[in-house]
Amino acid sequence: MDFSLSKKHEMARNLFKEFAETEVKPFAQETDETEHFPTEIVKKMQKYGFMGIPVEKEYGGQGCDPLTYTMCVEELSKVCGTTGVIVSAHTSLCADPIQTFGTPEQKEKFLVPLAKGEKLGAFGLTEPGAGTDAQGVQTKAVLDGDEWVLNGSKCFITNGKEADIYIIIAYTDIVENKRGKKQKKFSAFIVEKGTPGFTFGTKEKKMGIRGSATYELIFQDCRIPAANLLGQRGKGFPIAMHTLDGGRIGIAAQALGLAEGALERTIEYTKERKQFGRSIAQQQNTQFQLADMATKVEAAKLLVYQAAMKKEQYMKDHRTSYSVEAAMAKLMAAEVAMEVTTKAVQLFGGYGYIREYDVERMMRDAKITEIYEGTSEVQRMVISANLLK
Amino acid sequence: MKIVVCIKQVPDTKGGVKFNPDGTLDRGAMLTIMNPDDKAGLEAALRLKDQYGAEVTVLTMGLPKAEEVLREAMAMGADNGILVTDRVLGGADTWATSTTIAGALRNIDYDLIITGRQAIDGDTAQVGPQISEHLDIPVISYAQDIKVDGDSVIVQRQYEDRYHEVKAKMPCLVTALSELNEPRYMTPGGIFDAYDKEITVWGRADLKDVDDSNLGLKGSPTKIAKASDKVRKGAGEKVTLDPDEAVKYLIGKLEEKHVI
Repeated sequence: MDFSLSKKHEMARNLFKEFAETEVKPFAQETDETEHFPTEIVKKMQKYGFMGIPVEKEYGGQGCDPLTYTMCVEELSKVCGTTGVIVSAHTSLCADPIQTFGTPEQKEKFLVPLAKGEKLGAFGLTEPGAGTDAQGVQTKAVLDGDEWVLNGSKCFITNGKEADIYIIIAYTDIVENKRGKKQKKFSAFIVEKGTPGFTFGTKEKKMGIRGSATYELIFQDCRIPAANLLGQRGKGFPIAMHTLDGGRIGIAAQALGLAEGALERTIEYTKERKQFGRSIAQQQNTQFQLADMATKVEAAKLLVYQAAMKKEQYMKDHRTSYSVEAAMAKLMAAEVAMEVTTKAVQLFGGYGYIREYDVERMMRDAKITEIYEGTSEVQRMVISANLLK
Repeated sequence: MKIVVCIKQVPDTKGGVKFNPDGTLDRGAMLTIMNPDDKAGLEAALRLKDQYGAEVTVLTMGLPKAEEVLREAMAMGADNGILVTDRVLGGADTWATSTTIAGALRNIDYDLIITGRQAIDGDTAQVGPQISEHLDIPVISYAQDIKVDGDSVIVQRQYEDRYHEVKAKMPCLVTALSELNEPRYMTPGGIFDAYDKEITVWGRADLKDVDDSNLGLKGSPTKIAKASDKVRKGAGEKVTLDPDEAVKYLIGKLEEKHVI
């Protein structure tokens, strides 16, 4: 068993690192402060193929593997959590389901511009009354001739308003299960920005990842072509779950990056900061804290990379399940991110509480990784369900 | 159009420099990067490729690990890579290096050869012009802009406070400055492609029309008396003053040091 990266993966990491340090880091604080979506950075990422890393070349992607994509989100998030999640939501939640479940025509029309980064993607499942419990979804789609008519709303949608292409989950049928209980059957749809009846509600004011655009999506008699049904009618739930499995690897990578970024800055700072005549890095408390932080980061990294490797196997055989590995990676990485960034702020002392210092932002950014794309509790449900089946 | 860009893997000075007992650099033990002037030369070639269409070949001479710098160049968009490596070529100075590279270049077709002005490890700026002499083709050094005009190149050659516009018929050699452009990043897909491609590896036997007496450490007329890492100077003093006060302050300092 070899835990070292191949030379091409090393080179890809160096590329992402250099790009993140040069093009993203100088704007991270401003992005957070102003809550401006970093359009210029996204354009640069488009130019260098960062928006379609795991998409096949045939469809305008880079033809790389999920590990390379994971490292990209990780390196971006080391310097800016906002930039990390923009790439993650676009790739995992929009490009990936079209690549996995789309028809050749859908791939040509939607996946190509997404993979080339000409268009930005988003995904809408969550609603005011439905998060973890998907049965609460109220958004409904009715087939009318050769069009689907969507009505309802989605909330907390990452890349909302900025994105051009949205994967929307809506219920299309209500059936009775074996016990005579009524159950909604869901379907997945591809909806383009600008479609009449599709509008945006308010922009959310968030604690962290403040540059990422989080919007409510509103559908009022929004008519889309029947050809925009993704996968089969009634199979939207498995598509959504599959999409979130992949998304969790992206968020795990974001959390990992945040933890690593905070650790790097803390190491630098504790070597410089002097108290009682010596650097605080020379105090045993600091040393032990840093050792714990680094060990947890390394454990999270191994889980995240393992999940990415499992996903690669799935992309080859379309059989391997990576659901549990993705849940474990996200659970671990998110909790490590929260713990490490909190410890980082503590080691920075008063300066850690000041917005000029990156660790303050990183601690706020880390919190969301324990919540979105399945809370830590949902990850525990996924993991334990597999243990007890 | 066929363009060959000669590139060099050089020590990343951020990582510190190590020497062999004979005073030459211990290249195996250091972190490395693509020499910045060479990278600008490669970018210039890739822009000519984007604009006019061209086949870009990158060539380097070095240890087997110099293959990395060729892969990097290919991940940026170069089409082919050639590595010239052989134990007998080790320890070469600029004369032996240019002899070796010219010997390799005699095997391939080219319209334009681009090299960096100079490498950050040796800072000689000799290899590019020497190659052109060996191959008997024109050279334009210190290019800050390169354009193709039919079968010629028009180059802005940097010259102290001005630039000269020089035209040369191809085949010719141009040496590039790092100010020439902002090199592009690699792409992730480009990296994967670069590792799928074969790199051509040539040794001494593949060099054309060269004499052993001009190769390697033995064929190098340069003798290094002593080599050392850069001595770190103490941090300077930074003061913020009005112009009048600043002048007084500086005069005071110069008097203090008995300069005036």
